[in-house]
Amino acid sequence: MCLGVPGLVVRVDELTAVVDFWGVRRRVRLDLVDEPVSVGDYVLNHVGFAIRRIAPDDVEMTLAMYRQLLAEAEGDDLMAADVRSEIKAGAGSEE
Amino acid sequence: MPPLTGHTVDGERILLKHGAGGRAMRRLIAETFLTAFATDPPERAGILGLSAMDDGGAVRLGDHWLVVTTDSHVIQPIFFPGGDIGRLAIAGTVNDLAMMGATDVLGLTCSVIIEEGFPRRDLERILTSMRVASVEASASVIAGDTKVMGAGEIDGIVINTTGIGLTRHLIRDAGLQIGDRIVVTGTVGDHGMAVMALRHGLQLDSDLRSDVAPLGALIRAALDASVNGVSAMKDPTRGGVAGALHEMAVKSGVGVVLVHGDLPVRPEVRGVSELVGIDPLFVANEGKALLGVRPGAVREVLAALRAHPLGRDAAVIGVCIPDHTGNVILDTGFGRRLVAEPDGELLPRIC
Amino acid sequence: MNAPLEFRDPVQARELCGALARATDSVGGGPASVMHVCGSHEQAIAKFGLRAAFPKALNVIMGPGCPVCITDQPEIDEAIALATQGVRIATYGDMVRVPGSAGALADAQAGGAKIDVVYSVAQAVEQARETTEPVVFFATGFETTAVATAAVLLRGVPSNFFILSAHKYIPPVMEIVAEMPGTRVQGFLAAGHAATITGYGVFEPFVERHGLPVVVAGFEPLDILAALVKLVEMIGRGDRTVVNMFPRCVSRDGNANALRQLWEVFQPIGGRWRGIAHVPNGNLRLRDEWAAVDARRQFTIDIASLWRHAPASLVRQCICGNIMAGIASPADCALFGDACVPDTPVGACMVSSEGTCRIWHEYGGVPDLRGASCPL
Repeated sequence: MCLGVPGLVVRVDELTAVVDFWGVRRRVRLDLVDEPVSVGDYVLNHVGFAIRRIAPDDVEMTLAMYRQLLAEAEGDDLMAADVRSEIKAGAGSEE
Repeated sequence: MPPLTGHTVDGERILLKHGAGGRAMRRLIAETFLTAFATDPPERAGILGLSAMDDGGAVRLGDHWLVVTTDSHVIQPIFFPGGDIGRLAIAGTVNDLAMMGATDVLGLTCSVIIEEGFPRRDLERILTSMRVASVEASASVIAGDTKVMGAGEIDGIVINTTGIGLTRHLIRDAGLQIGDRIVVTGTVGDHGMAVMALRHGLQLDSDLRSDVAPLGALIRAALDASVNGVSAMKDPTRGGVAGALHEMAVKSGVGVVLVHGDLPVRPEVRGVSELVGIDPLFVANEGKALLGVRPGAVREVLAALRAHPLGRDAAVIGVCIPDHTGNVILDTGFGRRLVAEPDGELLPRIC
Repeated sequence: MNAPLEFRDPVQARELCGALARATDSVGGGPASVMHVCGSHEQAIAKFGLRAAFPKALNVIMGPGCPVCITDQPEIDEAIALATQGVRIATYGDMVRVPGSAGALADAQAGGAKIDVVYSVAQAVEQARETTEPVVFFATGFETTAVATAAVLLRGVPSNFFILSAHKYIPPVMEIVAEMPGTRVQGFLAAGHAATITGYGVFEPFVERHGLPVVVAGFEPLDILAALVKLVEMIGRGDRTVVNMFPRCVSRDGNANALRQLWEVFQPIGGRWRGIAHVPNGNLRLRDEWAAVDARRQFTIDIASLWRHAPASLVRQCICGNIMAGIASPADCALFGDACVPDTPVGACMVSSEGTCRIWHEYGGVPDLRGASCPL
């Protein structure tokens, strides 16, 4: 479905923008974005049209979200480890 | 319009995929050409013939091998960033000889078929390009042929070059051994992506250039760097690194593990590959070679390659293993997967 | 530009894999099954070798999310019929080799038909401007792609430009899969790029009706792994909601500008998806106001002539539909690997680079490559 590739906006004209993808530039149509696009934004490109503006902050926000997810997942596990060792200590003292 | 009958069309007509360098082409060759040209009795000792399906054929001459190879060039567009059909015609044949170890080129032939109406200026440009490439390769065109066909009967120009060279030590693409490292002489996917970017109206603005270049001197340096250190060679043209390594792995009876992070790929090539959904491992390279190198010889071979202008980005990209023989595995950094065998024409995808 | 590469950091990926394994263990009650409905998700999973890293107890099934695969034979036949009638066809590369009832567009091309591969519908419009003959754009793809078709029409196209629409709309098919007998799917990964357009709100009624969690996921390795962790955790806890794990591109209401253009040009109608039976509102057709550019209304398309040559028996044995619904695997198909291989595909699952059968065939099923010795 949707080979969407993020690229960096290096120039904006009225209906199009020049977007850089790893050093390759392509003119991309802006008919479909729902907010104004500026140089320095990322856009998601699909079949020659920008379909979404990705604000520079959003990338870091997502990475932070994944770090949080990991921290929570690990947090659960640490708790389980505590409980397991308590059970083991309790079982040991009963024998 | 003749009826289209699904599966039987493949059996009745030659399709574009039969020229694409992958599985379909090998099948066609095996079913038609090999059958037609099979010698009876089979090839005598001292001849490396068609059944080997190597980069060229070879005939023993005293303590040397005489290597011969031929290639036809039909590329569109005929002029592209970094080169043209003429440069490709010279480099392609010189490189096929070099892949067998025959870096000493005795001579080349050049046969052209030109479409009526083809601009003379373009022909002269192509021939100039061929001369420049021949000088780089220290090879000369010593025989040729010229034909003209009517407008529309052929597309622009077709060039065939044949080359003959000598080598004491014949190197096969079937020579990989377990533990050998796979070395590539430079960045992957440059030619194929440069041409892809021009086609299908992608309208990309980039510095992508074909890498088309004759490699005789580079390969000579690698072969001289160590005695018997290079076990196998192949140039990853149509079908790309994936296609070439598949063939080498199958013929050699080994598995190959490639490490994605070690593949030298220019950022722009990666950019185009992301945009069109085509992996650089599958696209043609016209100025690169794959070498199987014995573990003890890697340091010297790599140093020799990197000392040469055409080998600055040479890198170890993989290793031969005893498992999964005939397969190429990619270590992506996240997991491992098989690298599919290239099959048919590469088309940009949206999906 | 390095930002996307941060979503490919192998260290974080390994940590997420660990979290995924733990989450899968805590679900209990046998293997967990989740489904994604996006060809690009399957491509990313295959390309980055993620399947080898998924826990064995987790089934990540590819559902009917490949627009190439679910384009039905009659729709392909319409394009081929037009092509063999001498009409110039422009289309995306993906569609050229998909078999209709009797061959693919590639076969028509070999027979002399004019087929142009384009990267964007805008290019097809350019082609029409440069010629006087009709140019028909065979429009395939989901809503993510349909919006581009809508945009060019709204800007104005030359009178020799036409659309043959085979566009599809994804949300309705999740209902079909959820209601299919034999389905074991416990949660869905929703396609991030389609959701960029539609918003994730469209999944709320679905979650309400079927009680299955949905997580919207992006396409980089970290996106996919993080979304799976979230989804499996939700399954384990019995959460029944939609969670957006792709906030950098997806909002609840989606892209209003793109949606407005989409519905100004297209209307959803029921139709067959290849091998899946009727999907209500699953097909996008041009509204009546756009009749002048609708190839179906401006040309007489004779597909009956193709059907005289159809290898019908093979097509009947194809179980792509069940495979795409996740209730069968390629190994269950009598044709797989024999009559149906990439060189001679019967079903679309074998043609598309994201098709389940194609991926199984190319990558050897789901090979466990962890054992491959590697001295490096």
